[in-house]
Amino acid sequence: MISRGQRILFWTLLISSVLMAVVLLRMRERAMDRLLASGETMPLNPPAGRPVQSVTMMMANDMDGSVQPATQNLALPVDANARAHVILQHLIVNYARPGSKHPIAENKGVNEIFFMTLPLEANQVVPGTVAVVDLSTSFVDAHPSGIEPETLTLLSIIGTLHANFSQISQVRFLVDGQQRDTLAGHADLTRIYLASDAPGVKHL
Amino acid sequence: MRWIEESRLAGGCLAIGLLLRPLTCSLAGAQSPPNPPPAPPAVVRPAPRFAVVIDAAHGGADGGARLSDHLLEKDLVLSLSVRLRSMLSAHGIAVTTTRESDSASTALNRAETANHVGAAACITLHATTSGSGVHLFTASLTPVPLTRFLPWETAQGAYAEQSLRLSSEFDSAMTHTEIPVTLGRTALQPLDSFTCPAVVVEISPLSGTAHVTALSDPAYQDRIVAALAAAIEQWQRDWRQQP
Repeated sequence: MISRGQRILFWTLLISSVLMAVVLLRMRERAMDRLLASGETMPLNPPAGRPVQSVTMMMANDMDGSVQPATQNLALPVDANARAHVILQHLIVNYARPGSKHPIAENKGVNEIFFMTLPLEANQVVPGTVAVVDLSTSFVDAHPSGIEPETLTLLSIIGTLHANFSQISQVRFLVDGQQRDTLAGHADLTRIYLASDAPGVKHL
Repeated sequence: MRWIEESRLAGGCLAIGLLLRPLTCSLAGAQSPPNPPPAPPAVVRPAPRFAVVIDAAHGGADGGARLSDHLLEKDLVLSLSVRLRSMLSAHGIAVTTTRESDSASTALNRAETANHVGAAACITLHATTSGSGVHLFTASLTPVPLTRFLPWETAQGAYAEQSLRLSSEFDSAMTHTEIPVTLGRTALQPLDSFTCPAVVVEISPLSGTAHVTALSDPAYQDRIVAALAAAIEQWQRDWRQQP
């Protein structure tokens, strides 16, 4: 036999639980709305205690087919791979902003970047580095289809990497860790791009 | 790795690959008879034929870019390809197209078709909603001298200089019709495997100060086709003057 007091306690706790669940769901929806309204879903807050550095972004422009340098101040992590990741995420966020001259819809950007040192060749003093850029499927799906926009995106990424990491001599692209034929139906993602392909690069 | 044997003097070509699948050109003199007759004292070679390859990109399940709610890239470039072929044929220029209907074709097949013709110009047609006017692309390959054997993946490198000249002809013709042009280099299949002067023509809406001319505008399409035809006719005149 369950006493009347226990039944009242049970129903009170049950109603309280349902109410709390409703309140939590509503708070979550509000937080999501605030995040979407800000236009940026990527965690781009600078790491605490890191000095702000000036980085060069090679920004693409669809109207004249150019890629031009622009400087931006960012707080960057120490690790080179993480630093490259943050720089490219900021580059892609710039393209998702309203009024962008090379618009790409909001997306998750780059999953990860790996740097690999190449074997030293006969006439080299400093070994080259290949940067493997692992793009997200979200980025590829959001990218406009066309030779010009796709080529400019690749040149922008290659140029930005080379501008901030001069040791990079080659760049390869993956999508979610897998090789893919094209970025959005046109630009070849199977080949290895030389950093010298990037605009404004005068040397390898 | 696939290789292409370039035998321009014989007026033919032979492509061999990993599959050892020979592709011979159907031109006289490409095959030697079992008992060759005595050679004549002087051989007069017929003038090589001026032929153009038009490659309408995408097709079949590959629709390319979605240009509007009712227009896919594959349909627009096919329409432009058919109109350009008709215009060039009317001027007596031999034209080969990589597709005449909404059919799928691989990059390998497109390059094989183009290389089999031994064309004086290869044009790949694309369309996009980004940018303004016409984008002209040549291969981003490092120029290499024309040799007997060319790697399949980078064969276009031997035609880099001629492709730039052809691109310049298109640029002039477009500028003449007041269509803005953007020049660039790109890594694209099957362009990199073409053994002919090759240019990719990508058409985008015309963004003016007052309004935007859509890709579906027939008058805009006519201007582009007319400019391409004029450029190819000019290229034909230049081509005849080459040694």
